[in-house]
Amino acid sequence: MPIRCEIVSQDRTVFQGDVDIVVAPSADGEMGILPNHAPLLANLKYGILKVRTQGKEEVFTVAGGVIEVQPDIVTVLADAAENVEEIDIARAEAAKVRAEKFLAEGPPPDTDTYLKMEAALRRSQLRLSAVRRYRGRRKASYPGSYQEESNK
Amino acid sequence: MASAREVKLRIRSVKNIAQVTRALQAVSASKVQKAMQAMYRTRPYATKAWQVLTHIAGQPGRSSLHPLLAERKEIKNVLAVLISGDRGLAGAYNTNIVRFSLKHFLDYPAEVRYITIGRKGRDMMIRRHKDILAEFSDLPAAPTYTDVSAIGRLVVDEFLSGRTDAVFLLYTDFVNMIKQIPTVKKLLPLEFVSGEERVAVFAPAPKRMHATYIYEPSQDEILDEIIPRFTGLQIYQAVLESMASEHAARMVAMKNATDNATELSADLQLEYNKARQQSITNEMLDIAGGAEALAQSS
Repeated sequence: MPIRCEIVSQDRTVFQGDVDIVVAPSADGEMGILPNHAPLLANLKYGILKVRTQGKEEVFTVAGGVIEVQPDIVTVLADAAENVEEIDIARAEAAKVRAEKFLAEGPPPDTDTYLKMEAALRRSQLRLSAVRRYRGRRKASYPGSYQEESNK
Repeated sequence: MASAREVKLRIRSVKNIAQVTRALQAVSASKVQKAMQAMYRTRPYATKAWQVLTHIAGQPGRSSLHPLLAERKEIKNVLAVLISGDRGLAGAYNTNIVRFSLKHFLDYPAEVRYITIGRKGRDMMIRRHKDILAEFSDLPAAPTYTDVSAIGRLVVDEFLSGRTDAVFLLYTDFVNMIKQIPTVKKLLPLEFVSGEERVAVFAPAPKRMHATYIYEPSQDEILDEIIPRFTGLQIYQAVLESMASEHAARMVAMKNATDNATELSADLQLEYNKARQQSITNEMLDIAGGAEALAQSS
């Protein structure tokens, strides 16, 4: 029995469909959700979210947010999310360089721009590492490999 | 009847006005498209967030779950967030929402203070000597969530500190290009009554029995995070709705103005032609009369 999964970011619906398992980066670590999971509400951190349907796996980057689990549906409210296949590498690279340059100039911390740039840096790093690791990889990994996931 | 020259001058000025209003109409038409897109883009997220919150509301003992959900027994101070436009020339858009809020809080049994978004609403409220707590104007044409999140924070702070017992949101709901409805929505404490117009804006809440949630990391931490955020999100969505409404209202107003100006200039053109013809007839009569007089005298 599949479980419905819907991923929405603040500006669009990123994914919706019936899947076999959702692996989400919760604040306390990776969390695998199978159909008929107990209701759950959790924070998400920056990381990789995977959904798997009949051996096919789709990988998403998630930049924080909330996940709500009902027995038959998983709702992901992400601050920003995209499919690894649709990440624009050049843009992420440019964003990373821009943010690094800004932060290297040593602006006063705790200002809005500083925090924004820091977040932008983390997002672009996450995107780039996700692309490097998952882009073009169509075959599903075995369940055991979820444990060795790192978000660096 | 005005002289031909005067009429000609008027025709020219009316045509100038028509040109200006036609330009404004075209600008608003493109802006309303953009605003509508922005509005529809954030809808899935708002809808989902709303569903999650209705699920939370389905939890047992909801008012003790979080202070922002708790209804106050005595309501002494009320905060109204009024969303209007920064600019005029939008037909009755600004007047409608302001008049609607004044009417809504007329004879209200509590102290009402306002937070205004948009210059027009602020000015009208100041003129009426209303108590304004804060004002936000000159929002960018395409605001992001960060642009309005400060408003949400302010509202939540006011509510939690006890200075305010209830918060209302007054905005213009965008139905379609020719219909925009001034709407009031209770923002805090969050209400979860289905069958309200608020449900129509978002999606109908699915009816289902809920077991108690497992919270991760902890109940307080996660509710502290998502409830204020959803409040901000509602304000954001309302701002987007209002902006789309404003542009649509301006477009319609400008279209009417253009039509009127065109009609007026056609009428004036007719008047001008008559005046011109009249003056020619007069001249001819003069000449004929003069010739007649000459013929008689000789």
